[in-house]
Amino acid sequence: MNTKVTIAGVEFKNPVMTASGTFGSGMEYSQFVDLNRLGAVVTKGVANVPWEGNPTPRVAETYGGMLNAIGLQNPGVDVFIQRDIPFLKQYDTKIIVNVCGKTVEDYLEVVERLGDTEVDMLEINVSCPNVKEGAIAFGQKAGCLYDITSQIKKKAKQPVIMKLSPNVTDIAEMAAAAEAAGADALSLINTITGMKIDIHKRTFALANKTGGLSGPAIKPVAVRMVYQASRAVKIPIIGMGGIADTEDAIEFMLAGATAVAVGAMNFVNPYATAEMVEGIEKYMTKYQIEDINALVGAVE
Amino acid sequence: MKKVKAKVISQAELSDDIYDMWIESDLAATAKAGQFICVYPHNESILLPRPISICEADREKNILRIVYRVVGKGTKELSYYRDGGDINILGNLGNGFPLEEVAGKHVVLMGGGIGIPPMLQLAKDLKRAGEAEEITAIAGYRNDRLFLKEDMQKYVSVHVATEDGSVGTKGNVMDAMSALGIRADVIMACGPMPMLRAIKQYAKKEGCKAYISLEERMACGVGACLGCVCKTKEKDEHSHVNNARICTDGPVFNAQDVEI
Repeated sequence: MNTKVTIAGVEFKNPVMTASGTFGSGMEYSQFVDLNRLGAVVTKGVANVPWEGNPTPRVAETYGGMLNAIGLQNPGVDVFIQRDIPFLKQYDTKIIVNVCGKTVEDYLEVVERLGDTEVDMLEINVSCPNVKEGAIAFGQKAGCLYDITSQIKKKAKQPVIMKLSPNVTDIAEMAAAAEAAGADALSLINTITGMKIDIHKRTFALANKTGGLSGPAIKPVAVRMVYQASRAVKIPIIGMGGIADTEDAIEFMLAGATAVAVGAMNFVNPYATAEMVEGIEKYMTKYQIEDINALVGAVE
Repeated sequence: MKKVKAKVISQAELSDDIYDMWIESDLAATAKAGQFICVYPHNESILLPRPISICEADREKNILRIVYRVVGKGTKELSYYRDGGDINILGNLGNGFPLEEVAGKHVVLMGGGIGIPPMLQLAKDLKRAGEAEEITAIAGYRNDRLFLKEDMQKYVSVHVATEDGSVGTKGNVMDAMSALGIRADVIMACGPMPMLRAIKQYAKKEGCKAYISLEERMACGVGACLGCVCKTKEKDEHSHVNNARICTDGPVFNAQDVEI
């Protein structure tokens, strides 16, 4: 049985990854999950300098989902290189670093700083709905996405994944723009912008007013977008958005994802990723699937 | 730290919307006063676990006690759990109160409302350690339904403040402290934010130590999501910004180290 998948020349032992922002750099969840079991750890967004993030409350719960407006709090690329990369290098898993910024220069600085490190891939966050400048602004217009992707591609030493926002009119157009600019892969979806109001306090549930919706509530939207994007481009797609278990992971792969990432559901089941690795093998045995790659985009 | 399926031993309503649940779990063996557990509702449309402080831990019999207030759908579901039912919990989380700070000191435990429960195990542990010169508890309630007061009195003397003035000092725990002329060397407290702010201010003025347990909306409970941060005076060692994680760096902080 082959569970290996390859994205832009990087080989992953299985298609199960963590979604950026839900797994830190793996330290906390390594108490629950053997990181050696995972295809890759995708880190929390890293900027050129430390970011404070948003005021609290930063999270709120919704039906079958949650809203967050963390605001990409992170310790900055220097601490990340010195502390988090050596931690992850102890494990036999691939390292994908999520890169965030407020300006194109910010992104380029992080990309360049990571160039000489042992990270395997870069995931460019042009889709965070929770920071005032940068981030999503680059990911909502095909022209802007094209520009930033091509600039990053010029500097990046590792393969580049562009993480797309679902808060767009046409996901296929965005996917095609990123591909045309040279992106090596796409990941989608980031969170869907939402809002919750506390009727008892008559105020916003989040200090940021709006936040990103994640969890099982968004899964059908994510499956649809992965499907549409995968039909619009030739580069591989990492699918995410409410993935809770093996069934969800397989669904995303059938829709067109080469790999999948678990996000909010890590909070619900800290063992979710490891259980999924096992579950996928069982599914393959049950349906006599020799090579996992046969599932990718195999919906008819 | 682990997520386990445990058994509910019993549950009762202690006061208006305040429930008292006893759980059989070996997490009790290592539980510290001031730590908390996360309870995962069975209803899968409710995603996130509920962080609830440990009220008591019987380390020999492997029994945890939580006393919590019903504030929403998740805690409402918990209140329906009955004897013998399953409960999914993650624990033990966070750091407890610093018991090593009390030798020869007068320790004043202050609990306000649903901040009272963690004070019970703390009173028990401080009493058992026998290092504090004196231990006094002040509990603040809304009315005369004085939940956990008798439990705490088994270990320490308990003064009461009530918002409606029906028992003890009328007002809050700080009002009781000044009305009774209590002087603390170390304060350990859990309760609403205005109470904790007043304690921080008092401790600064009086030059005493104050350890306060904070609360915030949480998602993961284990330090990964960065949802439950509080502002810190100095740059935090982990985050490299002025934010500490309440779940893993707290929930108990030296009051002077946090901006509240």
